[in-house]
Amino acid sequence: MSNYSTDDNTAEAVSPAPLTRAEKRQARRIRRFDNPWLNPKLMWGGGLLLAIIALGIIGRLIWDLDLVFTGSSTLKLPPVGFENLRGQPGVWANPLGTDGGGRDMLALIIIGAPNTLFVGLLASLIGMSIGIFLGFSAGFLGGRTDDVIRVGADVMITIPPLLILVVFQSAFGDVTLTMMALLIAGFVWQSPTRLIRAQVLSMKQSGYVQMAQLSGASTTHIMFREMLPNLVPYLFGSFIASVTTSIVTAVGLEVLGLGPQRIPTLGRTIYEAINAGALIQNLWWWWGIPTLLLAVMFIGLLLINLGLDEVSNPRLRKLS
Amino acid sequence: MGRIPRDYLINRLITLVLTILIAATIIWIIPRLSPVDPAEIALGRMAAGAGSVANSEEILAQLRANMGIDQPLIVQYLKYISGALVFDFGLSTAAFPTPVSTLILNALPWTLGLMILSLLITFFIGNLLGALMVWERSPKLVKVAIPAAMVFTSIPPILSGLLLMWIFAAKLQWFPLTGAYSIFVEPGWNWAFVQSVISHGFLPALSIVVVTFGFWALGMRGLMIGVQGEDYVKLAEAKGLKPRYILYRYMIRNAILPQITAFALKIGLLIAGQVLVERIFAYNGMGKLLYDAILNQDFPVIQGVSYVIILITALSVFMVDLLYPFIDPRIRHETA
Repeated sequence: MSNYSTDDNTAEAVSPAPLTRAEKRQARRIRRFDNPWLNPKLMWGGGLLLAIIALGIIGRLIWDLDLVFTGSSTLKLPPVGFENLRGQPGVWANPLGTDGGGRDMLALIIIGAPNTLFVGLLASLIGMSIGIFLGFSAGFLGGRTDDVIRVGADVMITIPPLLILVVFQSAFGDVTLTMMALLIAGFVWQSPTRLIRAQVLSMKQSGYVQMAQLSGASTTHIMFREMLPNLVPYLFGSFIASVTTSIVTAVGLEVLGLGPQRIPTLGRTIYEAINAGALIQNLWWWWGIPTLLLAVMFIGLLLINLGLDEVSNPRLRKLS
Repeated sequence: MGRIPRDYLINRLITLVLTILIAATIIWIIPRLSPVDPAEIALGRMAAGAGSVANSEEILAQLRANMGIDQPLIVQYLKYISGALVFDFGLSTAAFPTPVSTLILNALPWTLGLMILSLLITFFIGNLLGALMVWERSPKLVKVAIPAAMVFTSIPPILSGLLLMWIFAAKLQWFPLTGAYSIFVEPGWNWAFVQSVISHGFLPALSIVVVTFGFWALGMRGLMIGVQGEDYVKLAEAKGLKPRYILYRYMIRNAILPQITAFALKIGLLIAGQVLVERIFAYNGMGKLLYDAILNQDFPVIQGVSYVIILITALSVFMVDLLYPFIDPRIRHETA
């Protein structure tokens, strides 16, 4: 345990005796952690998300997306290699099967999966920007500004976004993807705000910030050139967490039958499958494929988050 | 009760009241910005039931008067807020004339029961597993198996719910597919009913448990690393106390406290997740009520359910914050 608990980069010590396999593995691990950003969790997580984006891009190039329209294929066909309850085998024209409306599942996920990711990324980008701005303002300016922002974030953090958005969307009906992302963004700025405020408050006391202040650096210079770079691992962690929250909220709305009505999304596909009784009819591919993709997305996000934890908290590296 | 400084209490109370007030106001404003007229929806529903409606103008006026939407906005708002304080949200438009509060009261015990049960189970299992991941003496298997299983804990409960439903209810038929109890048993304190409730509640609870315990386990792992090297643990070891005793009474007991704060921050998401689980299992709780209300465009019910759930969340957070110094005497609330 103790021989690789070096938090700085002085991982020395190659023993003269030939290394056993376990020791080699350990040595590899130490070297790998020389650059904490290259840890396996981060790589795997990023890889899973990139795979979904690649599915969207490559799929658009090679697959006929008109198959996403209702009635473009035979209804309820199973994926290739399976048979549905009516005894129809899967065909290569619809390799992942079709849903109850005759839409090709492959075309559906090529369009739907990037949409879901897009909502999550856009919502948290906006939410993070608001959070960075408010968090820095609160922590740096203090006083009245701090009071207002702190109470605002405290109040908003206890309100579950899903329920407000349910009220909103059932009153307004159809929304676009971007609109939904904007609405969700209104509920993911609170935790970054709180996190950054707390970090800024503690950093303000640190030597280098006081040094910069003494040498007459401007407030914006201190905020964005001195402090922000040190916050990067936390910001990334917070960003990934809010992407997860945004996607969970978006999928929740879609599964309740709200959200965009005309654009295919993974959540809406699940909604339609449940409503059509796909579970009892054994149409597992209809709800199973979007569920699997969402699961891959969430696992990817979790791995990235764990990887980032290791970057910002070296103590955790020992245990992985 | 002398432990909580008055300033802190007042501060927290203001936040609580503000939270509830702001949430209630947002819920009230949103439908009013929408072009949809609830009176016309109600009329449309009557027309759909009766085939045709005579004197539609008069009925519309009467409906508006009944719903109180012919009054000035400020009067409507004050009426709404004072109503919300005593849980009076008016009458459901879909199940007219049942009061919304009756519908909510019927659904609430199911939701709370499922929530408290699954929360307690996850909190217990999650923290124990998180502690075992760090503990030196736990079996190898635990240290390998738990991190692997943890990957699945980032998945929202609705997805695990679908999977469990398909395997155990649709395929194996070990558990019923939907509902909170069988329609063939009489609700009451008899064994058949209790049995039915348990078998119907098992899958929804399980689908929440399997995906949320990892959150606690991860948090606990981080905290246990901090406790591991503490002097009091070394002293306890040097004294020759049983390792198991040290784990439970020294390490977990000290590490677990921040988890309770995490609980306060997480509870909103947990409730929202559970609403969705109830919707897919058609469990007779708030989730199903909300979903049916969305289908029927029943605004008073949507408002009422959202309000009550936000209220539960805010109150839980408030209580956790206030109870905290009693659980952890090291914490003194600073009057910042």
